[in-house]
Amino acid sequence: MDIIYSVKRGNLIVKIYGEIDHHTSETIREKLDKEFKKQNVKNIIFDFSEIQFMDSSGIGVIMGRYKNAKERGGKIGVFNLQPQVERVFKLSGLHKIINQYNSLDEAISSLQ
Amino acid sequence: MQYQNTMKVSFISKSQNEAFARVAVAAFVSQLDPTVEEISDIKTAVSEAVTNAVIHGYENGEGIINVSCTLTNNIVDITIEDKGVGIEDIKKAREPLYTSKPELERSGMGFTVMETFMDEVEVESIPGKGTIVRMRKKLNSLK
Ligand SMILES: Nc1ncnc2c1ncn2[C@@H]1O[C@H](COP(=O)(O)OP(=O)(O)O)[C@@H](O)[C@H]1O
Ligand SMILES: [Mg+2]
Repeated sequence: MDIIYSVKRGNLIVKIYGEIDHHTSETIREKLDKEFKKQNVKNIIFDFSEIQFMDSSGIGVIMGRYKNAKERGGKIGVFNLQPQVERVFKLSGLHKIINQYNSLDEAISSLQ
Repeated sequence: MQYQNTMKVSFISKSQNEAFARVAVAAFVSQLDPTVEEISDIKTAVSEAVTNAVIHGYENGEGIINVSCTLTNNIVDITIEDKGVGIEDIKKAREPLYTSKPELERSGMGFTVMETFMDEVEVESIPGKGTIVRMRKKLNSLK
């Protein structure tokens, strides 16, 4: 499990490589929160292109980050969901509060 | 003619074994030549049940988790068993969004995921003794 961060126009962009389950979610949560604290950003954008597996632990991770972003008046965006991740996303109702985009550019321009 | 095959694995309740368990079951089921979607449904459901045994059953302490998988023609039967704390109110536990551990950022969607991705999910539990989750999925890719 690897995470790459970048910052663009007030957005923290997070690309996770690997699988999101209960085991990996603890590390992901810790690393993300540390980075979010460090950066002067409002929104968090998740690049899901390299995530082939996510279970309901991932829903907890995204919901928790949603709360953190909200405290700064920000939002969460996600893009490039793989089919398995997309199905977990839909059934959890996450798609109702978290915006889904087709690309990073679309996410950045919509999340101003 | 009936085809039947069974496997069983036991492991201790370390969170590292969540990935091991879902991959082991997926590898076993793959002999039936399921679709990518069917395999990912099964992996996700197994991951949920094993995670529950780790976090809730054994409350992150140490215990043994038994997983078995039986194939009967195109039917996949999976059981996940722990000898942990058990569930007082199974009906409530299965409700979407219900979690007894919100402080761990659990979403309460584990059983809902299992029910959505499998055809049948049965939960048997005795408080203080443990929990068995039985799940069934029919692979429609093979007729
Ligand atoms: N194996 C188990 N042993 C004890 N309690 C369990 C077990 N599996 C599930 N539960 C209970 O059922 C609840 C709902 O489970 P689930 O839908 O997976 O949500 P979550 O894991 O996010 O809490 C758990 O919070 C827990 O109280
Ligand atoms: Mg669960």
